[in-house]
Amino acid sequence: MRSPLTWLPRGLALGLLAFLVFGPLANLVLWAFAEKWYFPHKLPLVYGFRFWSQVFKPSSEVFATLATSVSIALFCVVVCLALAVPAGFALARGRLPWRGAILLAFLLPQAFPSLAVYFNVARIFYTVGLNGTIPGVVLVHATHGLVFAVWIAAAAFAAIDPDLELAARNIGASRLRTFLTVTLPLAAPGIMASAIFVFLESLDEFTGTYFVGVPDVITLPLLMFNASIGGNYQIAAITALILLIPSVGFMLFIERFLKADVLAKVGG
Amino acid sequence: MRSSRLVPVLLVLPALAMVLALFVYPLGLSLVSAFAAKDGAATLGNFAKVFELYATDIVFTVVIVGVSTLLIGATASAIGGYLTLGENPRAVAVLKFLYRWPLFIPFIVAAQCMRTFLAKNGLMNNALDGLGLIDVANASGLLDWRGIIVTFVWQQTPFVALLVAGATAALDRAMIEAARNLGASRPRILVEIVLPQVTGTLVVGLILSFVTMLSVLSVPIIISGGAPTMMTVDMAFRINSYSDYGTANALGFISYAITGIAAWIYLRRSVASGGKL
Repeated sequence: MRSPLTWLPRGLALGLLAFLVFGPLANLVLWAFAEKWYFPHKLPLVYGFRFWSQVFKPSSEVFATLATSVSIALFCVVVCLALAVPAGFALARGRLPWRGAILLAFLLPQAFPSLAVYFNVARIFYTVGLNGTIPGVVLVHATHGLVFAVWIAAAAFAAIDPDLELAARNIGASRLRTFLTVTLPLAAPGIMASAIFVFLESLDEFTGTYFVGVPDVITLPLLMFNASIGGNYQIAAITALILLIPSVGFMLFIERFLKADVLAKVGG
Repeated sequence: MRSSRLVPVLLVLPALAMVLALFVYPLGLSLVSAFAAKDGAATLGNFAKVFELYATDIVFTVVIVGVSTLLIGATASAIGGYLTLGENPRAVAVLKFLYRWPLFIPFIVAAQCMRTFLAKNGLMNNALDGLGLIDVANASGLLDWRGIIVTFVWQQTPFVALLVAGATAALDRAMIEAARNLGASRPRILVEIVLPQVTGTLVVGLILSFVTMLSVLSVPIIISGGAPTMMTVDMAFRINSYSDYGTANALGFISYAITGIAAWIYLRRSVASGGKL
């Protein structure tokens, strides 16, 4: 059965899949390094870093935008964890009425088409002076990312053996001390995973920022969008590559952060 | 003890309050303004305007998102199925490595990739030209509704496939082995034994995917600029050009209604499985 012929259909199918997965990415990379490329040439005529030096020169808006994007994402992580760690612990350990309904409530922002909600949030924020501000954008991103934070935190706490906490309590540790020295460190990898989810979700978010952030808060996705609409393919490709790095990195390493025992309890 | 019942509620409350204030309240506002005229009086005028101006776009949106959902379902099932039933470990490993790449790539980046890949002079046409299958000079690009579907399927399939593959990996192998010993072909085992047991997971994944695609603004703008376009683009246009919240919210209401049908199936599934997703 090990004849090379059996590999032919399999190889063709996998090759086609590889082309479909990597082709669009390859085309993006080509544009990032193409200094001159026009029809009917199949590949760029001149390669180079001219647009890279343009993007990465100190006065370029890409740096300021990247700083805005990263700080929004970090604030977002802080807000989400501050809310999700207590909530996740209560959902995993406490006896809560309507526990299933509460878990589902956090899914609402992902379970409804969010665009119409965003421009209504913008309308509300306009009246309280949050429109076009960093805190406004952080709040919008955090609401959307909260489901990952709460669900994964709850799963991480649920995966911990309660006997370990009981042992600490038996030798006289207070509730708070048990939580801080036993429970929280054990749940840390799961909470780390939820933090990364929230960070990425915020970094990549476009629609909410489009309505709530304008005109003062410009994030990387908005910058990329403007470059793309303006027909500036190189700048769009380079900013897109900056956004790609954390996404692909997380895809490759997700299993290190999200262990199977935690994953099995997500949403349960 | 009273306190031990109150503490968990207090711990959940701040997070819940955030969802209520920043999602449920604006959602309610959106529903109310869909049925309100500029002076606040109740009216169906917004919907009359929507059907007059955007009926084509609503159909266009439903078709694009619907077709994408079906394609994602089929591709994700095929990937999940091969990962479970594939007999060659090396081919399974290659597939496992390949399919996940777009998993966390944002829509806006996927759209920019596809805008160049699917263009008349993009890498896809050039590759087909290189193989002698088409002539680029006479070919056209796919930068219209087809491009939007390709982008959606490319970006969303890994997520659904990951869920399906997780569910199929947890299945009891005995039944699969029994069917195989009786001489059932692998496609038949996939359709008759594996998929029926993971339908719940597949449907949940597809509904989340459906809702996500229904809210995407960047993809239709970047891939295909012109009309007809998706409802999200119309909503953004009503807001940015006319500050016309009534019509935009009526469009929003229709997108909730479209999702409502999907959410109903979703809630029924999750209640049936005891709150587990």
